[in-house]
Formats: sequence, structure tokens, C-alpha cells
Amino acid sequence: MASAFDYAPAPESRAVVDIAPSYGLFIDGEFTEAAAGKVFKTVSPSTEEVLSEVAQAGAEDVDRAVKAARKAFEKWSALPGSARAKYLFRIARIIQERSRELAVLETLDNGKPIKETRDADLPLVAAHFFYYAGWADKLGHAGFGTDPRPLGVAGQVIPWNFPLLMLAWKIAPALATGNTVVLKPAETTPLSALFFADICRQAGLPKGVVNILPGYGDAGAALVAHRDVNKVAFTGSTNVGKEIARTVAGTRKKLTLELGGKGANIVFDDAPIDQAVEGIVNGIFFNQGQVCCAGSRLLVQESIHDELLDSLKRRLSTLRLGDPLDKNTDIGAINSAEQLARITALAEQGEAEGAERWSPACELPGSGYWFAPTLFTNVTQAHTIARDEIFGPVLSVLTFRTPDEAVAKANNTAYGLSAGIWTEKGSRILAVAGKLRAGVVWSNTFNKFDPTSPFGGFKESGFGREGGRHGLEAYLDV
Amino acid sequence: MPTTASPAQPFADVTASDSTLRRFLHGLPGVDAVGLEARAASLGTRSIKTTAKAYAIDLAISMVDLTTLEGADTPGKVRALGAKAAHPDPTDRTTPTTAAVCVYPDMVATAKEAVAGSGVKVASVATAFPAGRAALAVKLADVRDAVAAGADEIDMVIDRGAFLSGDYLKVHDEIVAVKEACGTSARLKVIFETGELSTYDNIRRASWLGMMAGADFIKTSTGKVAVNATPANTLLMLEAVRDFRAQTGVQVGVKPAGGIRTTKDAIKFLVLVNETAGEDWLDNHWFRFGASSLLNDLLMQRQKLATGRYSGPDYVTVD
Amino acid sequence: MSEKSEKIERLSVFKTYKLYVGGKFPRSESGRVYEVTDSKGNWLANAPQSSRKDARDAVVAARKAFGGWSGATAYNRGQVLYRVAEMLEGRREQFVREVADAEGLSKSKAAAVVDAAIDRWVWYAGWTDKIAQVVGGANPVAGPFFNLSSPEPTGVVAVLAPRESSFLGLVSVVAPVIATGNTAVVIASEEAPLPALSLGEVLATSDVPGGVVNVLSGRTAEIATPLAAHQDVNAIDLAGADEALAKELEIAAADNLKRVLRPQPVDYFGTPGTDRLTAFLETKTVWHPTGSLGASGSSY
Repeated sequence: MASAFDYAPAPESRAVVDIAPSYGLFIDGEFTEAAAGKVFKTVSPSTEEVLSEVAQAGAEDVDRAVKAARKAFEKWSALPGSARAKYLFRIARIIQERSRELAVLETLDNGKPIKETRDADLPLVAAHFFYYAGWADKLGHAGFGTDPRPLGVAGQVIPWNFPLLMLAWKIAPALATGNTVVLKPAETTPLSALFFADICRQAGLPKGVVNILPGYGDAGAALVAHRDVNKVAFTGSTNVGKEIARTVAGTRKKLTLELGGKGANIVFDDAPIDQAVEGIVNGIFFNQGQVCCAGSRLLVQESIHDELLDSLKRRLSTLRLGDPLDKNTDIGAINSAEQLARITALAEQGEAEGAERWSPACELPGSGYWFAPTLFTNVTQAHTIARDEIFGPVLSVLTFRTPDEAVAKANNTAYGLSAGIWTEKGSRILAVAGKLRAGVVWSNTFNKFDPTSPFGGFKESGFGREGGRHGLEAYLDV
Repeated sequence: MPTTASPAQPFADVTASDSTLRRFLHGLPGVDAVGLEARAASLGTRSIKTTAKAYAIDLAISMVDLTTLEGADTPGKVRALGAKAAHPDPTDRTTPTTAAVCVYPDMVATAKEAVAGSGVKVASVATAFPAGRAALAVKLADVRDAVAAGADEIDMVIDRGAFLSGDYLKVHDEIVAVKEACGTSARLKVIFETGELSTYDNIRRASWLGMMAGADFIKTSTGKVAVNATPANTLLMLEAVRDFRAQTGVQVGVKPAGGIRTTKDAIKFLVLVNETAGEDWLDNHWFRFGASSLLNDLLMQRQKLATGRYSGPDYVTVD
Repeated sequence: MSEKSEKIERLSVFKTYKLYVGGKFPRSESGRVYEVTDSKGNWLANAPQSSRKDARDAVVAARKAFGGWSGATAYNRGQVLYRVAEMLEGRREQFVREVADAEGLSKSKAAAVVDAAIDRWVWYAGWTDKIAQVVGGANPVAGPFFNLSSPEPTGVVAVLAPRESSFLGLVSVVAPVIATGNTAVVIASEEAPLPALSLGEVLATSDVPGGVVNVLSGRTAEIATPLAAHQDVNAIDLAGADEALAKELEIAAADNLKRVLRPQPVDYFGTPGTDRLTAFLETKTVWHPTGSLGASGSSY
């Protein structure tokens, strides 16, 4: 959109981060090659530039890492909580110190705008470690008995949408409670986890307490299936989550799953409309919609449908898509070619099924993986785009007439992770929230996260909670 | 008969009585304070560099209502201000003039002389500025006085007491009367004193009230209270003028005043304008800064962009 | 190297110890000082001997700071308390010396005291954003209402720091007061005020806003009496009062129903519980109707 006030490029400096040409697996405090010698490339989704070559873990490496974690567990779990707390406080502080470097790294490897990594991901990562650091010596106060014990070795598999934040959500509570971990980052975003290994070194964390295994699904499967893993934590797709649930069936492994969603964002006719528009935009375009709790279904009261859609379209026309390192970019790149293909296919299906597609005028860069912000109107519960998780910047707009109907439609999904409610009427917020089958309900806001606040889903969005006092339970023998 | 398009007409039913007006104003969508402030803060992170910064600085200079509103104002002070408005940077004649100088009514004639031929307008605060606590007749006399002395623009204050006690119609009718007193020659800026209205819901209501009554500009504040222009209250008013034009076709200007002291602040406000009301408002006919010290910071930043060196206060004029 | 030159021993620079009030370091308004000695009676320094007016000024400063400090996020307060630990760690040697002098301890015992005090800041840094989760919560009232109880700081707390444990004891009573968002007027140990006055210097450089902690030295009874009676003080911790003084102050405190924490035997080396946090918290319970979705009483 040409305007008299045309913002000049304002790129964040890449010089703040030094990416090595290759990385190993991080096992027992050392970087090491994969047993099978395999490597894979990680690329920047905005340019397809190869950022680094990373060792690819296999079953043998998983075994080695689990052994290291097991060995480290004995001493780590025997430390007084106050000592574990201090390690975690150190990690939190080092993350704060290195946050600009990590933000740039994350933006390069993931494709999300620097504005988000700088203002959302990294502050939340540091805060998460800070929060769980404080729990390490207070577990007796957490409501799980006077002296709750750790489980042992935690096998953790995380997704690519918030690489470092998901790592924090997994590792911070695990270490605070006295467990040791083997963590597998996603194959498209391994770098920030490997930088985290360096942070563990700076913090003086004992060897083997944290082990990082970059790799593909096979490494994740091997980790989950490993006999000496006591705890499995997974964030990712519902299909893989179900597979993991089958794998651990019949074992004593404790399992938490944080899976997909098809969040309803419900806008009533008495909503604070300008803020609702912002909330809708944030709900579906934050991180290009690659968010499990995205508000991907907009449920708008029919009486304000046209007015709201006009405002929403006008607002979408101001979104700035492009170089993720530019400080003014609102919409970055899609994380991978595979994900782009999936979004594209589902959007095409939406059109084929008769929904009306709209995107603002928006030029997509020539290289990299890009998808314009997209709205579908005339969507019903019968449409695929209202049922399947798209995990992209695609919003399906549905209408409702009464609060009853809004709740019925919001709940009419196999998922149950998040929902939003927009109304100035407090009792309606609480009545609707009370009926929604979702683990997180945002009222007059959306996509808010805090280390003190538990997060997780109902139904096929998974089970267990991460964050808050509740998040400790997943890592304690209770 | 009407010489300008009258915005009041579409709302004749609304402003017919106290109760219809109240119903309308209280029926405006609510404002969620947290969301509003978050949006303003988020736009505040825009990074405006190089060519965009140069454009923004010149635009901001051209939007300044260079203001002196002190009991100690003298003709000499006002003449100096006028000279500064006409030639903000004597070392660089490519510097745009400011939009206006803003003075008390008794200084209008002096100000007119001082800016004669420069294109700089003279704005005058009136209506018993800043408190607005006077009889309507006195306020109107104040306005007529300023207009007769040649004021191009009148910055009036609303009766906050009447507004806060729910007497919206009184506030409305007073604005209508002042607008009438401005005649065809002076544009009217209506000051809400947002710091005293206190809530964002009130600021939205006041914005619509002012626009329905015929304001050419809606303005945040007098600069005389603790909280003056903020990104959030200005954002809210920009939403109001945007929505008002969408509904009526009538464009109304916005003027944040007080508390904007640095180039960085000013650019943040221009980003708000650009991404909320849109580029139609990126013009000093539709957006102003009520400020005094802001101008010198804009000039120093302008020199920095031109020379690559940081400037200092000795290199801009003190007037 | 082998030759020892005859040098005049360098004369050290003495420090003038000052009060810490409102983020500044004033002398006592009264202009008085009193002699502070080590356990063997050797002169250490002259400490300000605060008057009732100093106490009054400290309350004004604490009240002024209360809005900002109690309004800060719990996360932010946690970061600030952790920062205190970081800054103390850097001045560890100074405090070991001061504690050794003040309490007549060996270097190693004094070091253990200082280490425990630093760790105590870390402990309470972790509590700022957890105490509400431990003592607050949703209440399942029998009706269509949302009902939530949350702790809130009570306000300005006067703290009589323990007399015997001049540093670890001091930190153990001050940190929990401010962790939850209260502000404090602290009366340092009368006999051993120097570590407390030095702590003020650490707080001043630790992102703790001025006025959140105010440190007064002098005669405990003289300062505590006006504080206990002060109508703008909300609570008082009597840790440093003997039995007679404690009773007298508790009676004075009843005038505006200050929350009173009575003196009790404490092992300051032990891991604290939550009692010093909850002693200065109010519980606020909020009701809000929930109701049903519509007039039809739908029970979807």
C-alpha cells in the first residue's frame, strides 16, 4: 500500500548473532556428532538461505542422551531446591542478557517477525525460567504434598512455532522439580535450542542435566519410546499426540500433550469494537497464525457482521508483510515449504467449498515461504476450514444470533484449547466462559501468555497444563 | 445559506434533546483501556528511519501550533514566536514553517503582524481558557474578540463540569454557539481536556459530541493539567474522526497538545495517524501538534539528518 | 622484592553512615549520632540517632512509594529482589567484615551469615509471583457467582529489625514485607546498625524504588513509639522489641488497628515459611454474577 508516509527499511542487525556453519548434538555437556553421522540443513524460511548444518539424532543418540540424563539425575535431584533455583535464575538472567541475539536467531530460523521474537518470545522465555526458578525450593508449598519427588528423565519433543519458548515451557519446570531432560527441537528450527545448550554452559549447569537432540520425527519417536524415560511431554499436532499416547500405553511414563486447536473468537454486538478488531488480528495473525491456540474461527454476532468485517478488512490492509528482520514487519514467513503447501491446500478447499476468500492487496517476496493474510466469509460449521486446524494466517468467519448459539458453535469441534469472548458485559463473559469447553478463555483480549498462568487443552487439544503452579504437577510424582 | 457543509444536520435527531443525545453517546461502542493502550504502545514500536524520518520530521514541523500561553506573555515574546514560526531554522530556509502560532486573544493582533505573509496561521485559545468557567456570553465575547483581531483558528475548551455532570446538551449547544461566533473565517478546535474527562469512554463520547456540534478539530488538552496528550487518547480520537467521516463524509482534524516534546514522540503520533485515520490526515490541515519545546528538538534532528552530526541546543534559536 | 621499604601505613578513609529515607541518604534531622562499637567495645562508627521526625519523614516516603511498588507486577518485584541478591553478592566481603565486627563472629561464621542473607533475597524473589497462587484462589460459592480471593499488600509496615541478628535477621524480616508490595520503615538493630545502613546503599543501587525501604538507626524505643502510634502506618513487625516494649507498642498500634506481628523466637538460618509474607497481606474477595446465557435459562 503506497502511502505518503512510506516507512523506510529498518532491519535489525544480523551481526548480533554468530551462527556456526555446523552444530552437533548436545549430550552430556558436549557437542557431538550423530552416531550415524547424519546431518541436515536448517534454512531461513524468509529467504531459503541455508543457515547451518546440524547433526541429526537417531535411536542410538537418543539412547546415549537418555543414559547421560539418567546419570545426571541422581545428583541433580539430590541437590537442595535452592541450588537448582540458582541455576535456573542464572539461566533466566543469561537469556535476558542475550535476548537480542536470540531474538534475531529465532527470527532467522523460524521466519517470524523480529517484533514478535523481541517483544513476545524472548521476554516470555526469560520470565518462564525466572518463575520456575522460584518454585524449585518451594515445592512443598505447591499443593502436591510436603516433599514431592521428581519423576526422573523427561523426554520432551517441541514444535517449530515458538522454538525457544516451547523449550522454556518444557525445560524450566522439569529442572525446577529435579528432573533431567532430553529435548528434541523441531527439524526446521533447531538453532535456538543449540544456543540454549551454550547458555547452560555459561550457567555452569551440571553435565547431562539438559541434552538437546536435533532431529526428525524418528528421533522423537525413539525418545518417546525409550524404556528409561519416565516422563514424556509433547507439543505438536494432534495426530502425533495420539501416536505418542499409544506408544506410552501400558508403561509407567507420565504423559502431557499440548496439541492442536480451532479456537473460537466470539464477538458480541456490545463488544469494544476497535479493541476486538485488534484482538481478532492478534488472534489469527500473530506468528502467521502458526499458533495452536489461534483464534482461527471468528464467531461474530450477525447484527454487527458487516460493520465488523469492514473494520477488520481496513485493519488488515495496514498489516506489513515482508522481511522478518525488519522492525516494522507484522507478518513474517511461513515456517516451511511443507507448511505453506498445507495452508495453500486448505485455503483452496475453502474456496472450493464455497466460502468467500479475501486478502488485502499485498506483495509477497520472490523467495521464501509466504502466505498473504486471508479471510473467509460465509463459512459454516460444515466447511473444512471451520473444522481442520490450518495453522496459518487464515481466518474463517461465521455468524451467530444468540449467546447459546455462539457457545454451541464454539464447542462444536474435536479441539478445546482456546477461545475468546468480546463483550462489555461482565456476566456474559463469565456465563459464556463457564460453558466453553476450552482450556484457556480470553476475555476482551487474545493470545496472552504468562509463566504464572496455566495453559493447555480440553478434548483432543491434549491434556496436562504448562505454566503456573499447575505446570509443576506434570513433572512431579503425585 | 450555510457556507460550509454542516455536519450537525445528520444528527439533528440525536441532538434534539438531552435524552436522545445521552442515549446516542452512551450507545457508542465501549473502549477497553488495556487493549487501547496496548495498540498505542505497539504502534509506538514502529521504527522510522532515513527517508521516512526526514519526511516525518518536516511533516511534524509543518504541523506544529507553536504555542505560548503564559500570564507573562508580552508583545515582544509573541513577535519572537511569530518569527520562529515563519523561519524555524534561520540557517536552513528549506525548513517548513509551522502551521500556526497559538496565543491568548489579546495577543492575536500582534501575532498576525508577526507572521504576516508567511502563511503561518494565528490560533487563539478562547472561551475562558483553560478552565472554561465563565458565562456563555463572556466566552462568546472572548471568541468574537479573537476573531475580530484576525484569528484564523479558535481553540475553545468545553465545559468539563457540564460534561461530567451529564449535561451533554449544554456542552453541545455551547460548541454550536462558539462555532457560530467563529463565523466563516475561523476554524474551530474543540479542547476536551482529556485528563479531566478521565475515562476513555468519556473521551470517545466527547469526540462525537464535538464533531456533531461542528468542530473542525478535536483537541486533547490545554497543556495546563497533569495528563495531556498521550498516544492512547490520541489514538482514540483518531478512531473517532475516522469513523465520523465514514458515517457522514465530513473530515475532522485532530490535535494532541501538551507533553509532546521530542521528535521520537512526534513520529509516534504520526504513525498513529498513518495507521489509524490514514494518510488523508497526514497534512497540517487535519493534524496538529500543540507544542512549544517540540519544535527545537525537531530542528535538531533535522540538522542531524542533514549533516550526520548530532546537533546541540546552541544551534537552534531559543525563541 | 626482598627489600622492605619503610612505608607509612596508609590511613584509611572512614565512612559516615547515614540513614536511608526516600531513596536518599540524609543525616538525622536531629543532628544526633551515637557511638557504635564492636563486641569488644572498640569504636566502629558514629551512627545517626533518628528522631520522631525522621520516623515521620520515613513514613511519608514509604507511603509515597506504596502506589508504585504495590502496583508493579509481581514479576517485576521478583526481578528487583533478585537484583538485590546480585548486588549483595558483589559486596559480600564488605558485609562479612561488618557482620563480623557487629556480631563478634569469626570471618567464616560471618560469611555463612552473609551467604544466608543473600540467599534469603533469592528465596523471597521467587515468592513475589507465587504467594497469590498459594494463598488465593477461586471459591465455589453456592450461587451464580464468580468468586475470587486474592492477597493484597496491607500498606506501610514498620519493622523493628531483630537486635541480635543485625544482617541475616534484618533481611529475613524486610524482604518478605516488600516482596508482596508493602513498603517498609525499618529500625535497625540498636547495638549493631551498621550492616543495615550499608544495606540501604545496596538497595539504592538495586532497582528498588526510593521509599520502598527506609532504614533508620537510633534508639529503638524512641523511634518505634511514634511509628506504632502513627495513623498512616498499617502494620508493625515487633521482631526487635523486648517483651515490655512489644506490649506497649501493640497497645499503641491498636489505635488504628495495625496488623501486628509479635516477636517470636526464630532460627534465621532455617528455611522460612510463608508466615512473614501472609502477616502483611489482606485478602480481597471479588464477587461477580455469572448467570445463564439467555432469558430462556438455557442450560446448554
